[in-house]
Amino acid sequence: MGTHDITLTVNGEEEALTVESRTLLVHALREGVGDTAPKVGCESGKCGACTVHLDGEAVKSCMVLAAAADGGEVTTVSGLGGASGEGEGTAELDAVQTAFHEEHGLQCGYCTPGMVMTVEDLLAERPDPSEAEIRHQLKGNICRCTGYQNVVRAVETAADRLSEDPEAELGADAADADGGTASEVSD
Amino acid sequence: MSLTDAPDEQREADEAAGETDDEGGKLVGQGIDRREDAALLTGRATFTDDADAPRVAHLAFVRSEEAHADVEAVDTAAAEALDGVLAAYTWADVEASDAPGVLPISAEALDCDPPGHPVLARERVRYHGQPVAAVVAEDRYTARDGVEAVEVSYDPRPAVVDPVEARGADAPTLFEGAPDNVAVTTDLGDEAATDAAFAAADRTVEVKLENNRLIASALEPRAALAEYDAGSDELTVTMTSQSPHGHRRKLSETLGLPERSIRVVAPSVGGGFGHKGHHHPGEAAAAWAARRLGRPVKWTATRSGNYLAGAHGRDHRTTAKIAVDDDGTIRGLRADTDAGVGGYGLGGGASLPGWYGSLLSSEYAVDAVHCRTRSVFTTTAPVHSYRGAGRPEAIYVTERLVDAAAREVGMDPAELRRRNLIDPDAFPYETPTGATYDSGDYEPALDVALEAVDYEAVKAAPDRDDDGRYRGVGLACMVESTGSGFETGLVRAHPDGTVTVYAGTHSHGQGHGTTYAQIVADELGVPYDDIEVAEGDTERVPTGTGTFGSRSTVVGGNAVAESAADVREKATRIAAHRLDADPADVTLADGTFSAPDGSAVGFADVAAAAHGGDRPAGMPPGLEATTAYESEATAYSFGTHAVEVRVDADTGEVDVETYVAVDDCGERVNPTILDGQVHGGVAQGVGQARSEHAVYGDDGELLTGSMDRYALPRAASVPHVETRATVTPSPHNDLGVKGIGEAGTIAAPPAVVNAVLDALEPLGVDSVDMPLTDERVWRAIHGEPGR
Repeated sequence: MGTHDITLTVNGEEEALTVESRTLLVHALREGVGDTAPKVGCESGKCGACTVHLDGEAVKSCMVLAAAADGGEVTTVSGLGGASGEGEGTAELDAVQTAFHEEHGLQCGYCTPGMVMTVEDLLAERPDPSEAEIRHQLKGNICRCTGYQNVVRAVETAADRLSEDPEAELGADAADADGGTASEVSD
Repeated sequence: MSLTDAPDEQREADEAAGETDDEGGKLVGQGIDRREDAALLTGRATFTDDADAPRVAHLAFVRSEEAHADVEAVDTAAAEALDGVLAAYTWADVEASDAPGVLPISAEALDCDPPGHPVLARERVRYHGQPVAAVVAEDRYTARDGVEAVEVSYDPRPAVVDPVEARGADAPTLFEGAPDNVAVTTDLGDEAATDAAFAAADRTVEVKLENNRLIASALEPRAALAEYDAGSDELTVTMTSQSPHGHRRKLSETLGLPERSIRVVAPSVGGGFGHKGHHHPGEAAAAWAARRLGRPVKWTATRSGNYLAGAHGRDHRTTAKIAVDDDGTIRGLRADTDAGVGGYGLGGGASLPGWYGSLLSSEYAVDAVHCRTRSVFTTTAPVHSYRGAGRPEAIYVTERLVDAAAREVGMDPAELRRRNLIDPDAFPYETPTGATYDSGDYEPALDVALEAVDYEAVKAAPDRDDDGRYRGVGLACMVESTGSGFETGLVRAHPDGTVTVYAGTHSHGQGHGTTYAQIVADELGVPYDDIEVAEGDTERVPTGTGTFGSRSTVVGGNAVAESAADVREKATRIAAHRLDADPADVTLADGTFSAPDGSAVGFADVAAAAHGGDRPAGMPPGLEATTAYESEATAYSFGTHAVEVRVDADTGEVDVETYVAVDDCGERVNPTILDGQVHGGVAQGVGQARSEHAVYGDDGELLTGSMDRYALPRAASVPHVETRATVTPSPHNDLGVKGIGEAGTIAAPPAVVNAVLDALEPLGVDSVDMPLTDERVWRAIHGEPGR
């Protein structure tokens, strides 16, 4: 099995890795980089729990070979809202994460890292989506707990807040954001 | 009973109250945001596969490609020769060890005595996907290479996947002691009385139906990380468990180790739905291999492995009858059911179907009920409880029958239901199948549902909408038994006055970290933020049962509440001693004890005193209490769900226009979390009604072994659910609570199917089996070509 020396920039940090040709990006992130935020639910691109941003686009990281992502910039949910590298106790959440918290848009939380990254991408492309558009755009992310209802509300709330508050930024583009809608949440 | 109306406004008020901490008010009843969320939203929560250990090895299974066969030979040599493969194990290795290696079966509840499920196949396989061998390697990819390299030869036997066919004379026998494959036949109710009731009734109606086989599909596949410390001879299994103490006991039986030497840790768990309460081969095999290898061993199910070999749910075939008088009075109910239980009994899975009939009379005052259920082995994955576990099967039968009866006597289905509801003054109410309902007031919930769905208007509207689609409205009334068994709650005040609540339940989405803290804050009188909740570790939590069957708030909530009250009582005596006052005169609010003379002492000072400071003479040190709580009797939640649909007769497409869920679970600890439970349960119920179906080919191959074949609901296929509540407290526990976790999976399937059948009544369609895919609905309308 051939190996490849690759470089990934993950949540702003450059990481050098040696991976097999067959190594999936999600496994490189989880076991090579040690960022276990993206989850594995199906390894076949069906559930969306492993969704990350690769060079600014939402991708299912189980459908990308790590070697093919060489040189890429990856953002995972742990890189949003300035949470990366934070100590214990509190976390800064970005507008989307805050809305998921406020609207009870998560229960077990296993789909959440992927769901949030999909929503970040959705709102970057459609700042004011209708409920039908939201539901359609979430088709690649399965949630077995919430029935999606409060996920949809969270997306609507995040969209409202982003449109009302010009200071607010989407976390994917704002790893260093310290203002806007980021909020302190007790852990 | 009281009504909680206008849910959105109520919810906003709840939230506002929660955020302002509602000075002096109770936290129970407020929809405060969950404290669990931050870790989950930032990727910092640790799920089992996220956990690491030094020198961890990875285990993967060779799974049977046959549904039913004798295993002639397993050749592991090529696998063992691979670089990075540490070992390849078969049953022979397990048999040669000191571990029994078998998942126990509760055979005392069966009519036969079949063996339990071996962790690796012992001579024979009985379902597609059964683990045959296990490969352990340095990394997960190499473990899979090893799996590919193992050669298994089989001598196939005939498969049988349908429980009715499995009882036939030509069917292959799975276990010698059950030649007709019937594990147990269970009779509930009085057959003779039911015969008499049917003979005396004006009319009888029969319905044949299938309760489709389902796969729980928690988004996190099952996983385990087993670490063995040879120095202390202790085994720690971090695993995806709803029931840490239950799994410790089961692992102890399979591994032949005392419970005291096993620690089970259930960290963040990505959904359970019953599935993660059962004892499966993977976790046990990882634990066995870790001891054998002297290295940590991690096993994480693939999605297909989880679908093939994790316990499935439902799989009933039922012929049911209702006896009804012309005035709509229900005289009797009877059901005859064949329930597939799969190729092995897992724990009590093979006897579980026998109890489903206990809820057949549901909300109705019916004097005669009889249910006969045969649990039948088939060459399929084991079947065990899945969210609802018998209640959805029962209520689906009842609600289909009630609609059929309304059609037979020409009465409106809502009116027929109303006429037969148990009177609110009749509680406690004993049913003909032996259940005793604690409390209920069923008619208001029905009325709220009818009003919210605008029932009269929909019924009065033309059969077809302007666009030609058929219009239908369906109802499902239901009861749900909740809160069985015992649970522990330990409340411990630390010397600094902060509090930890240790509970034997496990939260995997239910938000116990928030709701238990709400309950304890109210009972103990200390600030919510000073209270943490610990679950999911047999070494931190002394003993417990787990989370399943809509039980946690009922038994876990009351356990922690009682302990909190005990701690408060002791703390008050210490405070009174410090304040030189009578304990009866000392009050506690927001963490401060006050005496009538205005003097005060903080809870933290009292807690410090309890741990070695100035306290009443003779009082033992410490400030904690443990309650092993057992509910006096089962609490029965209830409610009515109402659904309006449109059906396109040309395509078979069904659209759910309106979904109203009215649920009564007694006192409501956190309405936001409660609504979330209903949303999720309804989505799973709509999934069963519309798309989910675990299908086996006649040769025993699971045809729906992946997420692209097993159709889970997605955001666009789930309706918006309008939640309403009535509140009828349970008299059996101090909190007045009942469970709610399974209500949606119980009510949604009959409500949706009844709505579709109502829409199709003008077309002469009176039956269709779930899942109501477009194709099935189209065939119900247009007939089966060639038949």
